[in-house]
Amino acid sequence: MNRQTLAVIDYGMGNLHSVASALSKVAPEIEVLVTSDPNVVAAADRVVFPGVGAIRDCMAEIRRLGFDQLLREQVASGKPVLGVCVGMQALLERSEENGGVDCIGLLPGQVRFFGPDLKDADGHVLKVPHMGWNQVHHKDHPLWAGIEQDARFYFVHSFYAEATDLDQVAGTCDYGRTFAAAMQQDNLFAAQFHPEKSHTAGLQLLKNFVAWDGKP
Amino acid sequence: MALAKRIIPCLDVDNGRVVKGVQFVDIRDAGDPVEVAKRYNEEGADEVTFLDITASHEGRDTTVHTVERMASEVFIPLTVGGGIRKIEDIRRMLNAGADKVGINSAAVSDPDFVKAAADRFGAQCIVVAIDAKQVSRPGEPLRWEIFTHGGRKPTGIDAVEWAKRMTAYGAGEILLTSMDRDGTKNGFDLKLTRAISDAVSVPVIASGGVGNLQHLADGVLEGNADAVLAASIFHFGEYSVPEAKQYMRERGIEVRL
Repeated sequence: MNRQTLAVIDYGMGNLHSVASALSKVAPEIEVLVTSDPNVVAAADRVVFPGVGAIRDCMAEIRRLGFDQLLREQVASGKPVLGVCVGMQALLERSEENGGVDCIGLLPGQVRFFGPDLKDADGHVLKVPHMGWNQVHHKDHPLWAGIEQDARFYFVHSFYAEATDLDQVAGTCDYGRTFAAAMQQDNLFAAQFHPEKSHTAGLQLLKNFVAWDGKP
Repeated sequence: MALAKRIIPCLDVDNGRVVKGVQFVDIRDAGDPVEVAKRYNEEGADEVTFLDITASHEGRDTTVHTVERMASEVFIPLTVGGGIRKIEDIRRMLNAGADKVGINSAAVSDPDFVKAAADRFGAQCIVVAIDAKQVSRPGEPLRWEIFTHGGRKPTGIDAVEWAKRMTAYGAGEILLTSMDRDGTKNGFDLKLTRAISDAVSVPVIASGGVGNLQHLADGVLEGNADAVLAASIFHFGEYSVPEAKQYMRERGIEVRL
């Protein structure tokens, strides 16, 4: 029997070593392929779509390589797909970053800037980027299996997802406002935090993704 | 629910070996930065900072290899600083698995380097390390300047202005070390930390001078630091990361336990 494969889409934006290492760590039985080959992505059993850096550069590369269409096809095929950080933001309709950038539009919603006058409930100024370990309040979804409610995950971002349909918000986080820390739609799941950098809870989420059949 | 204040152990690494001795009796090789980082990861450290003090050019390959091994086994954020002078240095460290790089003297000699680095890789992975020393005399309004070469060389640059400028250039975080306090165990320079933290919109990591747990808590409560960095109190087993977090929590600080 062939090993299950998982494709981590490489579009030249930053380091994919950590996410690939973390996936191999939690699921040594599957083959993790870091790839920019659309055929490899199409043949994989599941897909991870990461991203770091500025959205304009990310979207430019995604479009140049035709990965927006590739992702639409992968999601339509019903296989489990996981977007991470800017990978999640790129799945929404539009981002405010870099003066406004159209994104892939697989998830209805906008990406907005946190600052510059972000304050907590007591009126204290909050730093941007939102950097560090914050709590995620999650709803029922297979990807949260075995993860305690309000567990902390590692975030680093200055822009956040504002979902159009609140039913698609799989987890929320508070930082000056409540925002979508994770979103879901059928076989697609997206996280603003970095599971590959979130120690036990993050590794559990990746393990759940590898075991997930793509049904909410 | 709130963002946790971070505790960051810092490892000084020379040619792939931890220097300034780490004294964990129960790990196989206390000189191996990967073993030490794994231990801190298991203890609940929020990040690990790796300061590369390797002088030789050849030694840099060892550093890259060490970062690769660390990133394969430690699933918390990793910052690598020391000797980052070119875009290529950053690219190599990020590709090896570092999440952030610390830029120190190269920022002073060429401030535009920070701009170029943030444009290329994103502000989230650019940490500007600031080594500051008090230059005001007693009775004068407090003033700090940037020093390079391990605190020996003054630059005449005002520390608060510099932190603001670096943030405007795209630094996503400031690692602030008081050269007056570094190695003293007398605690952070809280006034310096407060002055910088209140002047910039990005997170500030306080560093230099931690001798006990109260110092860590004071860095957050009085210095307004978003994260606290320490080396020797953890390396020599005086305090563990869980003890530090427990203490900070008792002082009312939000931590990740």
